[in-house]
Amino acid sequence: MGVALTRSAQWTAAGRGTRTLETTPLNEAILKEIIMFVESFIYKYPQEAHYVFVDPLEWKTNLNPSAFESGYSVSETTVKSEEVDKNGKPLLFLSVPQIKVRSFGQLARLLLIAKNTKFQEAQACVEANRNPIAKILGLDYDTLTEDSSKVNILDKIIKEDDPEIDMKMKIAMLLKQLDLHLLNHSLKHISLEIRLNPGTVKNDIELLKRFSGKGEHTVLEYIDYTSDYEFSNGCRAPPWRQVHGEICYVLVKPHDVETLCVTCSSEGVFLNGGKTEDEGEINYERKGAVYKDLVTFLKEKSAKFSENMSKQEFAFSEEQQKEKDQPNEEPKKEEAITFRKAVTGSDRSTQEKNQINFGKTRMTKRLEPSLNWKATVDSKERRSLVRDSQEEKHIGRLEKARPSVSPGRAQIVRKSAEKIEEIISESSSESEEDEEPPDHRQEANADLPSEYWQIQKLVKYLKGGNQTATVIALCSMKDFNLAHETCQLAIRDVGGLEVLINLLDTDEVKCKIGSLKILKEISHNPQIRRNIVDLGGLPIMVKILDSPYKTLKCLAAETIANVAKFRRARRAVRSHGGITKLVALLDCGQNSTEPAQSSLYETRDMEVARCGALALWSCSKSYANKEAIRKAGGIPLLARLLKTSHENVLIPVVGTLQECASEESYRAAIKAERIIENLVKNLNSENEQLQEHCAMAIYQCAEDEETRDLVRLHGGLKPLASLLNNTDNKERLAAVTGAIWKCSISKENVTKFREYKAIETLVGLLTDQPEEVLVNVVGALGECCQEYENRVIVRKCGGIQPLVNLLVGINQALLVNVTKAVGACALEPESMTIIDRLDGVRLLWSLLKNPHPDVKASAAWALCPCIQNAKDAGEMVRSFVGGLELVVNLLKSDNKEVLASVCAAITNIAKDQENLAVITDHGVVPLLSKLANTNSDKLRHHLAEAISHCCMWGRNRVAFGEHNAVAPLVRYLKSNDTNVHRATAQALYQLSEDADNCITMHENGAVKLLLDMVGSPDQELQEAAAGCISNIRRLALATEKARYT
Amino acid sequence: MNRKKLQKLTETLTKNCKHFDKFEVKCLINLFYTLVGDVTERQGVVIGLDRNAFRNILHVTFGMTDDMIMDRVFRGFDKDNDGCVNVSEWIYGLSLFLRGTLEEKMKYCFEVFDLNGDGFISKEEMFHMLKNSLLKQPSEEDPDEGIKDLVEITLKKMDHDHDGKLSFADYEQAVREETLLLEAFGPCLPDPKHGVPSGAMSTPGI
Repeated sequence: MGVALTRSAQWTAAGRGTRTLETTPLNEAILKEIIMFVESFIYKYPQEAHYVFVDPLEWKTNLNPSAFESGYSVSETTVKSEEVDKNGKPLLFLSVPQIKVRSFGQLARLLLIAKNTKFQEAQACVEANRNPIAKILGLDYDTLTEDSSKVNILDKIIKEDDPEIDMKMKIAMLLKQLDLHLLNHSLKHISLEIRLNPGTVKNDIELLKRFSGKGEHTVLEYIDYTSDYEFSNGCRAPPWRQVHGEICYVLVKPHDVETLCVTCSSEGVFLNGGKTEDEGEINYERKGAVYKDLVTFLKEKSAKFSENMSKQEFAFSEEQQKEKDQPNEEPKKEEAITFRKAVTGSDRSTQEKNQINFGKTRMTKRLEPSLNWKATVDSKERRSLVRDSQEEKHIGRLEKARPSVSPGRAQIVRKSAEKIEEIISESSSESEEDEEPPDHRQEANADLPSEYWQIQKLVKYLKGGNQTATVIALCSMKDFNLAHETCQLAIRDVGGLEVLINLLDTDEVKCKIGSLKILKEISHNPQIRRNIVDLGGLPIMVKILDSPYKTLKCLAAETIANVAKFRRARRAVRSHGGITKLVALLDCGQNSTEPAQSSLYETRDMEVARCGALALWSCSKSYANKEAIRKAGGIPLLARLLKTSHENVLIPVVGTLQECASEESYRAAIKAERIIENLVKNLNSENEQLQEHCAMAIYQCAEDEETRDLVRLHGGLKPLASLLNNTDNKERLAAVTGAIWKCSISKENVTKFREYKAIETLVGLLTDQPEEVLVNVVGALGECCQEYENRVIVRKCGGIQPLVNLLVGINQALLVNVTKAVGACALEPESMTIIDRLDGVRLLWSLLKNPHPDVKASAAWALCPCIQNAKDAGEMVRSFVGGLELVVNLLKSDNKEVLASVCAAITNIAKDQENLAVITDHGVVPLLSKLANTNSDKLRHHLAEAISHCCMWGRNRVAFGEHNAVAPLVRYLKSNDTNVHRATAQALYQLSEDADNCITMHENGAVKLLLDMVGSPDQELQEAAAGCISNIRRLALATEKARYT
Repeated sequence: MNRKKLQKLTETLTKNCKHFDKFEVKCLINLFYTLVGDVTERQGVVIGLDRNAFRNILHVTFGMTDDMIMDRVFRGFDKDNDGCVNVSEWIYGLSLFLRGTLEEKMKYCFEVFDLNGDGFISKEEMFHMLKNSLLKQPSEEDPDEGIKDLVEITLKKMDHDHDGKLSFADYEQAVREETLLLEAFGPCLPDPKHGVPSGAMSTPGI
């Protein structure tokens, strides 16, 4: 830890007496690592823990002697450990406040005693003992670890054959490991700190320049350097400022804010004191927070910038990407990675060298491109590397896990890049099974069941027997209850797994069959699965898939199906080419001419296909595997197998399809391969599991409109509706209701469902069902209730009460659906009365406080029809204490959907004069005005409506003008959406009652646009546009009149 | 042998053999005579493969190694117990070897394992057949203990009527439950891993 402490730890500037460690995150992290090391030392290396240090570690402690308990002799001011060294001196000696500790064991115990203050103790210890290695091992070891000459170490060992030297060496090695670990750890911190260099800053500015200028769609009005002179190192700041890490100063004028004078430094970007008018001198003082780069800074400072950026984000980041890919522009992140890589990978000397390099790099702010890197890393990996910082953490973690021997830097980079891709690529459908279960091995001396000994004996025969004995042992082992955990773990604990897997690698067909038969059973156990993968069982099994014996293929595929239940295993199957082979198994079902005399190791082709599908089902839980299956041509084969009538084949086939249907490419292929037809056919099967998976697959696929129509055309809606009546099997019910939900997005399907009386049944399912079912049922009702007839049915069946009851839930998906359904019901006045009576509006209103934006938006949408259709709506709304303020404050949200929904709600609220007055007091006008610069047509539509309704109170019209809402509104008329046009024209008509607004409109060219609108077929739009024009015209006439009189 | 005689022989053998067609039988007859070599046909002397020649074939072609089992296989082939395998025994034996049904094979294997031909595989017979199947551990006191234990395990697994020996019924039931036990006491059928020697047998069906 010496090197780490001297180089990485951040010490306060040298000064009086002892230097202390600064409290920085880096130092804290280092200390934590050290504490962890010491605490675990006693368990990991119990022998070494007794080693007596050459010199004691000595520091001033805050611990009270009374804190020490058994194992210590305690007096008022001193504590002695009962553990002593050869000479009888105690290993821990405390004489308040000085403490001396002489072994790792005592150190660990001390930390344990210190409990909450152990951090302080560790810090004090490190501060007081600046060279702990020398104290622990003696001076010669300190230098020895420094130059890391391993030859020296070896020499010593050979020369002095002394157990203590041995021990010392071991500790020296351990400390060195810790040191390395600490260095890596601190590097991660350091690499996060380097943020900007002249190159990246320049890029950012150049790019922003390209998107700047006058007019609507640019991100900024202008951006420029304060100084034209660029130093050779890329900086533009004067040299005396460069010393502080500053790179350049930029003047930025966003559309909606004053000109900003900004400092770009290596620490980040911040606002400075600005340029003084007279001298043109810059006030370098920092005036605000530090942001990580220019774009983040501007996003924070200017709303307009962030909005326009979001439009151009894609283009911009793409440009940035390209920019980064250009040669001679080394992206800093990559540098950091390469660097870290080097540290883990190579030995001490390179590490030190690199560290120095690194220091230099930071100093000069110019990063050298490493040619080595350029040459070997292709663009794809590069992209994956610069994706985002989160992934970098992944890399960091992976590196730590990897042993630190590296044949070639780039190769490792490539590997880790692949790994990252895979980690990201895993699909969301991973189950909790993925978490590593705690590996509890049986206690050695616990009472072992008799099976344990019998199995141990059998494994012995497996190891030491010839083929005949092996087969007998395998057959006998199979007679144990392999489904039982005791037996499964016993096989593993006596080393049976290794033998079984080794047997797979032999030529003996019979042994392989026997071994696989056992592995197939015991791999139901999650721990065994992991052990099989760890022992490298998967590649061998994948190889067996090529065997000419179908029995072997089947068994191997079935075992793979069991093992590939977790991510690492699935990845292993794929990386060894297993997916292609498994897909090939599906092809077996074709040659119908089975040999007349089947041999001993022969099974039916269908069985092979079944096992293949089973394994693919397990594998298809990973995204990359789905892709691999598709690429291997699996979809047509699965489609063909779907036509069989063997249920046990159909289940894994449909299961695989259902798993894969989460991918767009699959859904397209499923449509193309006419799979829906067969899925529908199998809905009519007798097998519940098959029905479930078919319904699930339809649920996944029915996102697509054409698919929904196909389900109807093939008569799939009737079986779905009839399956609703069987509510015992909850999994199936969830799948079926899910399929109904998605299908009912199409109107024609809803009509069918009504015919089949499915809506009544759905209402019946609103109570006493698990949440998975409820989400789907309510979702389906929400879709159905878009039609009047169905709303009536729901009301008549008494569906409103349970729906309103569900409004108090916490499941987010459920809430989104429930609010939608309640909103749909509220469209009908009679239902609304019931909702009102049940206090549903209050519940909806309180959901506006839900943390999740989807729920908020959905609740706000649902409120609109409620307010519209409630009797005495104004009074009802006022009765919610604080409700109006809550709604107005939601306008500060940054989610477009929430904003649109809240605008719609405000439109309805504002219909009541009194409420309008209240929301005006809560500042609805400035908030609405602030939103005016939006591009979303949906938001524009509802915003314009809200504005037009809010105009009806007091001087709100004038206020909208004052808050610059008018000019953006005029621009809405250029949109392509007629809804936006209508709402905007109405808003403008209202605003045009105010003379100043008329002037603004005229200035922004509203008249010509409105004239076009007058010709619209939409009557309301015509009227509003005409009204607005007449107001503008009247003002013009009045002014003219005033001028001439 | 002249052609006419050969044709006649082929026809009679084909008639008696259900697993091979005429062409295959012809090829096997040719193979037989090639293996026997140039022995002039004389009255009274049976043309055939003697024990050693046959064992050689078993070893080279079918990869068998166990001397005792090979002897037993020879006996299995040599139906008339005259010390050599003649051409019809050859064809009959191979048809079972290569194309036999499970039932035929079970019957054959049981005969091979039933060393004294009393209709039972006794413990002693098992011990005899398994005695070389375990690696001898020098540390163990009784080197035969493992074998004895293995015999017990086998009995436990296969002796359904618990009379301490295996009848054919025991054996048949055990094999039907687990095909791997067909050759429970040593490989006496062609090993599937070995290629099939002649083009005539190119459809092994495995």
